[in-house]
Amino acid sequence: MILPDPEQLLDQLYSQLKPRIHDDITLVGIYTGGIWLMEKLLQRLQADFDRDIPHGKLNTAMYRDDYARRGMKTAAQPTHIPFDVTDKHIILIDDIFYTGRTTRAAINELFDYGRPASVQLAVLINRGGAELPIRPDMVGAELPLQAHQAFELSMNTLGRLSLSVIESTPSANHGADVDV
Amino acid sequence: MYNPQLNAQGQLQHLLSIEGLPRRILTDILDTAENFVSVTEREVKKVPLLRGKTVCNIFFENSTRTRTTFEIAAKRLSADVLNLNVGTSSQSKGETILDTVNNLIAMHADMFVVRHQQSGAAHFIAQHVPPHISVINAGDGRHAHPTQGLLDVFTIRKYKPEMHNLRVAIVGDVLHSRVARSEIHALTTLGVPEIRVIAPRTLLPSGVEKLGVQVFHNMDEGLKDVDVIMMLRLQNERMSGALLPSTQEFFQTFGLTPERLASAKPDAIVMHPGPMNRGVEIDSAVADGKQSVILPQVTYGIAVRMAVMAILGGGNAA
Repeated sequence: MILPDPEQLLDQLYSQLKPRIHDDITLVGIYTGGIWLMEKLLQRLQADFDRDIPHGKLNTAMYRDDYARRGMKTAAQPTHIPFDVTDKHIILIDDIFYTGRTTRAAINELFDYGRPASVQLAVLINRGGAELPIRPDMVGAELPLQAHQAFELSMNTLGRLSLSVIESTPSANHGADVDV
Repeated sequence: MYNPQLNAQGQLQHLLSIEGLPRRILTDILDTAENFVSVTEREVKKVPLLRGKTVCNIFFENSTRTRTTFEIAAKRLSADVLNLNVGTSSQSKGETILDTVNNLIAMHADMFVVRHQQSGAAHFIAQHVPPHISVINAGDGRHAHPTQGLLDVFTIRKYKPEMHNLRVAIVGDVLHSRVARSEIHALTTLGVPEIRVIAPRTLLPSGVEKLGVQVFHNMDEGLKDVDVIMMLRLQNERMSGALLPSTQEFFQTFGLTPERLASAKPDAIVMHPGPMNRGVEIDSAVADGKQSVILPQVTYGIAVRMAVMAILGGGNAA
């Protein structure tokens, strides 16, 4: 499988995001890949709209439905939402969309901060395999992947994104930032 | 080496003492606690991790504050909480510890938070519970108070992130203090290079140097150029015999006053595990002063206890 350049997928995603920007839009990235993407998107938005878009960071670890099975995923990456979410239109940003369970956890967490006017989902890649009635609204690319495989987005020290496919086993999944 | 606190996979199963815990476990707990600090700033001050679980606070020795912070921590994780003050309950009717615990297990408790006046009580209970139940030591005799030690190092890390570069002084009644023991183990494990204890000879356990600390009997010498001052409470209730002439004299020699605080670095922080004896080990001007982080310690204590419970409560289902 020839993997696309994630920076090009980001162009795709940005072209879908840009027309949706208005005064009450806020962005919320999901750790870790979603934060990288959000920061890159914010740079472009800043250039095109010449203003700061309110944005926050979300760590879904405290809302995951696999906590009882896999335990607490530990990392010092606290959720930080520096604005009142009530009545805001929120665009959630994540790197890979798979089962939809991370999105479910993210929505639950957001609603503990208040009552947003709407929540949309932007992802770099939809790999197929949703297990919940949740689908992304903006997608960089649709790239179906087999169940035993997983995409991994990484960022080098220069801030450049790259994409790889890893063969996932249940234990390899544990703790890695893969699209579970 | 067998460690009763870790399971076969090397994960935390019980929290009984900081002694013997590897650095990665301590760092995991502190990193996880970072995520819980912000929970209290939200509209809904709860996360669903322990939904449907029952946490049982069994306090054989009274401690309103510690019990309250464990209770808040468990409730913010959505657990149901049972508080048992056993001192006023069945034990006074003659029930053994294990009978008390087994009754609670039969009521499907999932986690025990145990305080006992005897060292080793939490360890004893941990050895007798089934594997899906976790035990947290909330203070046992003079032995350990691991969550207090953890919240203290969490507070230090918040204000002084470069822990490998710190000089820390622990001041006061080290002899009776399980808090001091847990603090010393936590600081050592996390790589703090210089730990001092400052106390009269009568309030130091023999061989305290073996824990890797420098001993001082003079406040001005001991506090010189330290980054962190950790005060201890003078434990009147554990005092027997003539260890001190009087609390007034203790304050004269070992009380933390603004003048003595001036020996420390200008940006040194002052900590105290509470409850404070104002005018005995600490002067009000210091306790309420701008270098004091005593109330942040309480706030961080909840986040740290949430982290411990969250780590212990997950990953148990098959």
